[in-house]
Amino acid sequence: MTIDSRSAALTNTSLAMRAWNIRRKALMMGEVQGQGYIGQALGVADVLATAYFHALDYRSDDPEWEGRDRFLLSIGHYAIALYSVLMEAGILPDEELETYGMDDSRMPMSGMASYTPGMEITGGSLGHGLGIAVGMALGLKRKNNPAFVYNLMSDGELGEGSTWEAAMSGAHHKLDNLICLVDFNDQQADGKSTEMLCSEPLTEKWEAFGWFAQRVDGNDLAAVVDAFDRARSCSDARPRVIIFDTTMCKGVPFLERREITHFVRVEADEWAKALAVLDEGKPA
Amino acid sequence: MTLASMARKYEPRKVTPASERVATSAMIASLAAEGYETVSAPFGHALVDAARKNDKIVGLTADLGKYTDLHIFGQEMPDRYYQMGMAEQLLMSAAAGMAREGFIPFATTYAVFAARRAYDFIAMAIAEENLPVKIVCALPGLTTGYGPSHQATEDLAIFRGLPNMVLIDPCDADDITGMVPQMIAYEGPVYARLLRGKVPSVLRRHKPDYKFQLGMAQMIREGNDVLVISTGIMTMRALDAAEVLAADGVEVAVLHCPTIKPLDLDTIAAEAAKGGRLVVTAENHTVIGGLGEAVATGLMMRGIHPAFRMIGLPDAFLEAGALPTLHDMYGLSVDKVTEQIRSWL
Ligand SMILES: Cc1ncc(C[n+]2csc(CCOP(=O)(O)OP(=O)(O)O)c2C)c(N)n1
Ligand SMILES: [Mg+2]
Repeated sequence: MTIDSRSAALTNTSLAMRAWNIRRKALMMGEVQGQGYIGQALGVADVLATAYFHALDYRSDDPEWEGRDRFLLSIGHYAIALYSVLMEAGILPDEELETYGMDDSRMPMSGMASYTPGMEITGGSLGHGLGIAVGMALGLKRKNNPAFVYNLMSDGELGEGSTWEAAMSGAHHKLDNLICLVDFNDQQADGKSTEMLCSEPLTEKWEAFGWFAQRVDGNDLAAVVDAFDRARSCSDARPRVIIFDTTMCKGVPFLERREITHFVRVEADEWAKALAVLDEGKPA
Repeated sequence: MTLASMARKYEPRKVTPASERVATSAMIASLAAEGYETVSAPFGHALVDAARKNDKIVGLTADLGKYTDLHIFGQEMPDRYYQMGMAEQLLMSAAAGMAREGFIPFATTYAVFAARRAYDFIAMAIAEENLPVKIVCALPGLTTGYGPSHQATEDLAIFRGLPNMVLIDPCDADDITGMVPQMIAYEGPVYARLLRGKVPSVLRRHKPDYKFQLGMAQMIREGNDVLVISTGIMTMRALDAAEVLAADGVEVAVLHCPTIKPLDLDTIAAEAAKGGRLVVTAENHTVIGGLGEAVATGLMMRGIHPAFRMIGLPDAFLEAGALPTLHDMYGLSVDKVTEQIRSWL
C-alpha cells in the first residue's frame, strides 16, 4: 500500500512517539471513566501505532474513503485503544476524549460502527470480526479494489468456532488481501488463555489452516513493523496472520507488576501516577 | 440522549459539561435498588448448597465464571467445575453430552450469547432431547450500558418459542436462592435469567413469607385500582412505584410471575377477572414475545378483557450509556413506571 494519501505530518513523528501518545490518551480516557480496559490498550498500543502510522492507507478527513484499508475491531472492549489511535490519526477530535463512555458520547465503552467515525464494525459479541473480514476481502476483490482488510482480534476469540470457520474460508478463497492481527496477551475474562482453552501451538495451527503466519513480540516496535511489512509484501495467494505476544499494561511498570486480570484494577489516585510514570518514559 | 444512534457518528461534536456527565462503567454492577439490602452471589452459594446434596451436579462456563457467580462453585468444588473457554456453542453441546451421561449440568454465560450464538445448540442438543441442562445467564434484558452486543432484550421471546424449555426471570436474591433446588428437581431443560454480584433482597421485605415456587405467580401486594403483572427486576420497580402511587391514593396490586414458561395463567386470569382494575404487564424485555404478549393472549383465550397496558422495552436496538439513564429513557425506572401508570388512569 502506498502512504501517499496520508499527510506528511503524520509520517514525521516516530512510531515510538505515536505509541506513547496512544498510551497517554488511553490512560486519560481510563481516568474519565475511573476504570476501563486499560491493560489491553497499553498492551496493544505498539501494534496500533504501526497499523495506523506505518501500514494502513486512509484519509483522516474522510474515514469512509473507498480506497482505505479496512481496519476491523472485532474486540469491542478494546475500543478505548482504537479511540486513542483514531484521535492520534486525526479521525476523532482530541476534545472528545473526556466524553469516553459517557452518556451521549460518540465513544461508548464497547465499540460500535454506528457511533464512531473510523469504527468499521460493531464488535463486542466476540468472534465476529474475522468472518466479516472474509466477506469484505471477497467484496474488495470483486470490485478490483486493492485495499487490505485488517481484523484485530484477541486470544480469547480463538476459542470461538466462528474464528476457525472464517480461517478455513479465508485460505480456501486465497484471500491475500486479508491480514488478521491476534493480540495474544494470554488473558481473558476468567484467567490466562493458555490455562483455560489452550490454542497452542498457534502459529502451526494457522499454517495448517493455510495462512502465512508470523509470531512476534508485539511490544517490540521493530519486530512489529517488520511483521506488517512481510504480511503486506508476501506474494503467496493466501491470507496472512500475525500473532503478537503482548504484555498487558505495557509502559506503566507498576501496573505491569500488578496481578493482571481482564479488568485491571486502577485506584482513583493511580491514574495521575500512571500518567507520570509514562511521561518519564517519553521517547526522544 | 437520542433514540437514533445511527445518526450519532455524523452528529456535530457534543461535549456535556463535566458536572452533568454520567459514566457507563460506574453503574454496571448496580441495579440502583435504593433502600434494599443485598445478598452476595446468591446463585453461586445456592448451587454449592445443592451440589453438596447431589453429586450429579456439575458447572460449566464459557469464560464467564467470575461474571455469573459460578466461580463460587468452582472454588468450592474445583473438580466439578469445567472452564470451556470462550466457546458458547461448545458450552451447550458439552453440557448436553454430560447430561446424556447422567449429570445435571449448570451452564453459564451472558444471556445474549446463550440466546443468540448458542441457540441452535440449545434447541437441538438440549431442548429437543429434553435433557436436564440448566442454563443460567447474567445480564438479562437491559442490565448493562454496553449496547446491543450485551443487552439481551429478546432472550425470553427466543426461548419461549422453544418447546420443552422452562423459563425463569427472577426478581431478587430470594428468587435466585429459591429457584436453584427447584430447577434441579425439575427433570428437563431450564433457562434462568441471573442477577449476580450484590443482588437486592426485595420480595421478602414486601411479603415476609415469600418463597419462590416454580410455575407459580404470587401476589406480593394487594390493591384495588391497578393490577401489575410483572417479572424479573420489574417486580421490584412495580413494588417501588406502587408505594409512590399509594401516597397519591392509587392502590396498585403486584402479581409477580418469575416463571415465564409455563405461565401460571390460572392465577393471572383469576386476578385479572377481579373486575375494575387496569391490568399492566411489566418486563425487562422487548414488548414483543415476552410476558406482556403471553398474558394478553392468555386472557383473550379465556374471554377476559380488562383495560390492558404493557411496560417493556421498545422494539429497537438500545443505546449505550449509564444504566440509570437508560432505564429512565426506556421506561424501566421507578419514576417512569409510576409516570406511565399514572398516565393510563
Ligand atoms: C461471544 C462472547 N462471549 C463472551 C463475551 C464476554 N467477554 C467479554 S471480554 C471476554 C474475554 C475475551 O478474551 P480476550 O478478548 O482475550 O480478553 P482480554 O485479553 O481483553 O482480557 C469475554 C469472555 C463476549 N463479549 N462475547
Ligand atoms: Mg486476551
